[in-house]
Amino acid sequence: MQKKIKLPLTDEDIAGLKTGDNVLLSGVIYVARDAAHKRMIETLNKGQSLPFEISGQIIYYMGPAPAKPGQVIGSAGPTTSYRMDPFTPRLLELGLKGMIGKGKRTPIVLDAIKKYKAIYFATIGGAGALLSKSIKKVDIVAYKELGAEAIRRLEVEDFPVTVINDIYGGDLYDQGKAKYRIIGK
Amino acid sequence: MAQIIKNADIAGKEQIALCQDCGTAIVFLELGQEAHIIGGDLVCAVNEGVRQAYIDGFLRKSVVKQPFSTRVNTEDNTPAIIHTDIVPGDRLKIIVMPKGGGAENMSRLVMLTPTAGRQSIIDNVLKTVDEVGSNACPPVIVGVGIGGSAEKTMILAKKALLRKLGDHNPDAEVAELEKELLEKVNMLGIGPMGYGGRTTALAVNIEVFPSHLASMPLAINFSCHSSRHKEAII
Repeated sequence: MQKKIKLPLTDEDIAGLKTGDNVLLSGVIYVARDAAHKRMIETLNKGQSLPFEISGQIIYYMGPAPAKPGQVIGSAGPTTSYRMDPFTPRLLELGLKGMIGKGKRTPIVLDAIKKYKAIYFATIGGAGALLSKSIKKVDIVAYKELGAEAIRRLEVEDFPVTVINDIYGGDLYDQGKAKYRIIGK
Repeated sequence: MAQIIKNADIAGKEQIALCQDCGTAIVFLELGQEAHIIGGDLVCAVNEGVRQAYIDGFLRKSVVKQPFSTRVNTEDNTPAIIHTDIVPGDRLKIIVMPKGGGAENMSRLVMLTPTAGRQSIIDNVLKTVDEVGSNACPPVIVGVGIGGSAEKTMILAKKALLRKLGDHNPDAEVAELEKELLEKVNMLGIGPMGYGGRTTALAVNIEVFPSHLASMPLAINFSCHSSRHKEAII
């Protein structure tokens, strides 16, 4: 079943999402990956505020390829999420509501997802050309000098994601594997 | 799987990168011992090629200079990682493999004991693929190096990724192990993108080299489904 959600995510949206749901997101999402996460946490540790209002928002773990002339953005698929795990609980505590990436999260992030009622989506790794078509506008918000790792604000239309971890403790990677596994159960 | 194929169509038609991670440029050179490079430095020439390709081709520059502290981008994706072999002949073979970081991060080196045997290879490969799960962007190609030394077996594992899909190691015993491993890997249930399924790997390619009597090195290197490599002979 394919749901459509207009961003920002509401608590009702999140409560209605279940592991395995395919969702098309439209609206604003922010982009940050390794270096930007490290810098955001350093900023918070200094007692300063983040370069964008994180409460209620979604962060997409991604570093785009450069846009060719006439393109909004180059190839723009997800990067592996576990590398952001050391920084994520702090951002969830500040009200981050969703993350888009790929790959399993560590238990500490899974606990924080439940505690702060957030959602972890994955999108298709290695399908950056396809995903770039759902991105309609890009602005660099902060840390411009990080290049591909700068924080960006995207406007997306029907951006395809799949719910991996919902607030009820579901995990698509575990459930999917269990369903098809015929060795070493 | 349909979306992965659609992605390849779009990337091909519009000449844009398949994946935003355009990798570090891994370059294997096979230089004929009768050939002589004139007019400049071979390493500089390779790096110049990488520079032009990544800048002119709108590919993402993913190399940072000082890895453990400042991590400032080199802005042209250099330096390439170059492995040169001297071979008979008078030609230069150049194989380029843009290697994404996500799959590369999942690499393993295990220094197995000499008596561990075939079963320990199977157990370690299955355990690794199972742990790696969705991170390496399945369906993956699993490159396996067995034997040699620590660095030799890692290079074997990487070179194993260059093989054409469907081809097997010419040694019948190794080919048999490849077939058994592919079948077992696909029973793990990970599936495309790790969402569950029976296509976790498209191939398990093994390269073997003699090793010290005290050891049996095992290396595992992954290619995501965006398996990009090209070769030319000049």
